[in-house]
Amino acid sequence: MLSNKSSLSSQQQQLPSSSSSSSSSTSSANAKVMFPDKRSTTKQMKSSTLTNAAGLSSLITFTVLLLAWISGFASRLFAVIRFESIIHEFDPWFNYRATAYMVQHGFYNFLNWFDERAWYPLGRIVGGTVYPGLMITSGSIHYILHSLNIPVHIRDICVFLAPIFSGLTAISTYLLTKEIWSAGAGLFAACFIAIVPGYISRSVAGSYDNEGIAIFALQITYYLWVKSVKTGSIFWASITALSYFYMVSAWGGYVFIINLIPLHVFALLIMNRFSNRLFTSYSTFYVLGLLLSMQIPFVGFQPIRTSEHMAASGVFGLIIFVAAFRYLRTVLTKSEMKYFGGVVAVTTTMLLLILIVLTYTGVVAPWSGRFYSLWDTGYAKIHIPIIASVSEHQPTTWFSFFFDLHVLVALFPVGLWYCITHVNDERVFVVLYAISAVYFAGVMVRLMLTLTPVVCMLAGVAVSRLVELFLKEEDRDGNGNESNEESEEERERSPGPNLRNVIVLGMLMLLMMFTVHCTWVTSNAYSSPSIVLASYSNDGGRAILDDFREAYYWLAQNTANDARVMSWWDYGYQIAGMANRTTLVDNNTWNNSHIALVGKAMSSNESAAYDIMTSLDVDYVLIIFGGMIGYSGDDINKFLWMVRIAEGEHPQDIRESDYFTERGEFRVDSEGSPTLLNSLMYKLSYYRFGDVKIDYRSPYGYDRTRNAEIGNKNFQLTYLEEAYTTEHWLVRIYRVKKPAEFNRPIIPISERVITRRANSYVTKKTSRRKRGVIKGRPVVIKGQRPQRRTT
Amino acid sequence: MTALTVLYKFWSEYTKNTPKKLKIIDAYLLYVFLTGVIQFVYCCLVGTFPFNSFLSGFISCVSCFILGVCLRLQVNPQNRSQFHGISPERGFADFIFAHIILHIVIMNFIG
Repeated sequence: MLSNKSSLSSQQQQLPSSSSSSSSSTSSANAKVMFPDKRSTTKQMKSSTLTNAAGLSSLITFTVLLLAWISGFASRLFAVIRFESIIHEFDPWFNYRATAYMVQHGFYNFLNWFDERAWYPLGRIVGGTVYPGLMITSGSIHYILHSLNIPVHIRDICVFLAPIFSGLTAISTYLLTKEIWSAGAGLFAACFIAIVPGYISRSVAGSYDNEGIAIFALQITYYLWVKSVKTGSIFWASITALSYFYMVSAWGGYVFIINLIPLHVFALLIMNRFSNRLFTSYSTFYVLGLLLSMQIPFVGFQPIRTSEHMAASGVFGLIIFVAAFRYLRTVLTKSEMKYFGGVVAVTTTMLLLILIVLTYTGVVAPWSGRFYSLWDTGYAKIHIPIIASVSEHQPTTWFSFFFDLHVLVALFPVGLWYCITHVNDERVFVVLYAISAVYFAGVMVRLMLTLTPVVCMLAGVAVSRLVELFLKEEDRDGNGNESNEESEEERERSPGPNLRNVIVLGMLMLLMMFTVHCTWVTSNAYSSPSIVLASYSNDGGRAILDDFREAYYWLAQNTANDARVMSWWDYGYQIAGMANRTTLVDNNTWNNSHIALVGKAMSSNESAAYDIMTSLDVDYVLIIFGGMIGYSGDDINKFLWMVRIAEGEHPQDIRESDYFTERGEFRVDSEGSPTLLNSLMYKLSYYRFGDVKIDYRSPYGYDRTRNAEIGNKNFQLTYLEEAYTTEHWLVRIYRVKKPAEFNRPIIPISERVITRRANSYVTKKTSRRKRGVIKGRPVVIKGQRPQRRTT
Repeated sequence: MTALTVLYKFWSEYTKNTPKKLKIIDAYLLYVFLTGVIQFVYCCLVGTFPFNSFLSGFISCVSCFILGVCLRLQVNPQNRSQFHGISPERGFADFIFAHIILHIVIMNFIG
């Protein structure tokens, strides 16, 4: 409360000064934008005392932000209320496991953690290949709560971390929007980002992933950056660097920041908006940020070695040149500057040449595949199937823009237009942010997340501008004309009261529909934990399918502690997290050839797969099969990606075309290609499925996911045996047999030689000796010496 | 020859128009700059084997230089109009703050 009051009063003091400074640089239209705010505050000051006005607006600010936090938190709890407090999906399971490890073993052991239970037989250096910000955040919350004697389990902290941080994101969005436009727009933006589905999709309770805290870090870094550009103070720039450090520790998306901020600086330089403020803020941010980002073990020396970070250093050099140039120009005359101009040009070209040479000789690494696929969208599909195979790396459809942003999609260009027309230093930043984020969101579904905050901010600008235009008129008419020259121009386009009411009501309707849409999307699309499934019957009853945890629990209870489980990489983190067993590949897809080996095992026939499995010491194979209940995310539907990835590494053994029919179809029924019908994945999925009749209308072995009767029904497994199948057949676990169990030579009966002694065979049914006999029993004849045995 | 005269003129302008405070900062900047150059030459001659140590030394020089330049810009009375609300004292406090962060990180990084 207090902090809000002080910040707002400082804003009031700042307003006249900022408008005077901007009017010198920008057009008079800009000054007009600033005026409505100023006029309202002056009016309020007239009507009541200063403290009351400031108190009222800070009370409103505080209330709105608090409500945004609470509603954002509450709407993320669908999953917890419907299911339970559980970690969702795939990656969060690893984050949770790593956090639990850190809480148990301490921070330094976490940094040195070598995980031998992943990527068997390679292992994984977890401390050096993870962004530790998430674990440290929740670990320190856990530590603080426990030192206050509040015994919260680490799992609950992990589950509720993202919803709590969404409130902080709302506040930082408010601050950023306030810096670029006005406090009212900031409040709208905060409310939007609290409930917008594009952000909720990554931050529902239980979705314990890097993005949950990274968006907060992103927004606060941008806010601090804008603040430091405005003031030119070293202090704010250092704080920006610190918050950038937090972002680097939290998410790989920090590359977005380290490219966007230099882009902003570069654009300002091109627009001839260089100022000493810009120089102080950027250069301080860059040197400190560079040094801080190298402290994260996973990032290491990348900031000076890879091309992704080179733009920042190039702009750093450029801004130093420009600053030196400007300094010299104050001292020297124009003719003398020619010498220095030549020197500058030569040096710049030299530096560029050096950079290019370094890139070619390999000292500076070129763009990595993940980033390269952002520029050339077809690149990943051709060269790196493992990136293309992830569903969140697919290009975004128009539908999902609307689905995730709803009315904001329409409002966002309006706000962008306002920012472009009333441009100043920080609005240039927002415009660049918006344009680049739109591009990246179009390339990858996953990067919708970086677009969402800027869309919320600009939509907030648009809505607040509209509301300003259509609600303030009334006051002015009542109060008469204090300022003639502006109101005349405004009055020309001032709408009548009817139109005004209609527009305001329409706006409210739109916003209400937005809220309804957000709640609906959150509840229906984004609140499924995906390890517990729910199905709804016709009468509205709900059935919980808990097959995943059933299978993992079986693994944890019934297999040896060091058993190695082979599965497709999607399930690696879950097996490690829930069953605590060694996996071969997991969601940290750092080793493509290892994944390709697993893919090869899955897509070759049983005996070839057995060779691979024995070479990898596999004990169990776990597959996901959805044909029984109609679950579409199962392994057969992912199978083509396994084939493609395997083909990338072993093109002589696996060919994708073998798995299609002659007409190029991928089908599992009797017309499917024989290679597919004999592959290990097919056999493991459909083993004994031919005996099952789900429905009296459908034939035996009817796959409900692919709506087909399977083509290969009665087969036996030679090298594996079924170990466990869950209730709804969703997870099937097979045990790989040891060689001794099937490796005895099989001889036809006719060739079998059975040695039998001819006369020692006595049936029990002979009538002569009904009593039991002992063979070779010595016969005792009374009154004689026993004979000497000769045999 | 004209380049020499330009340089000479620059020097005379500089000595005439620069306040004493800024000259002190400039001397510090020159010292830091030379330190950085020495480190760079050393690394070119001997090699960058403990790469983090070299980096932390060199970057600390660059950062000191940059922070000094920033301080100089803020303290310079000619730039008073550009930095609202940043007095020379405030600028110096910010400078110290940034240096604290910088040197804590350098200590961590130098290994």
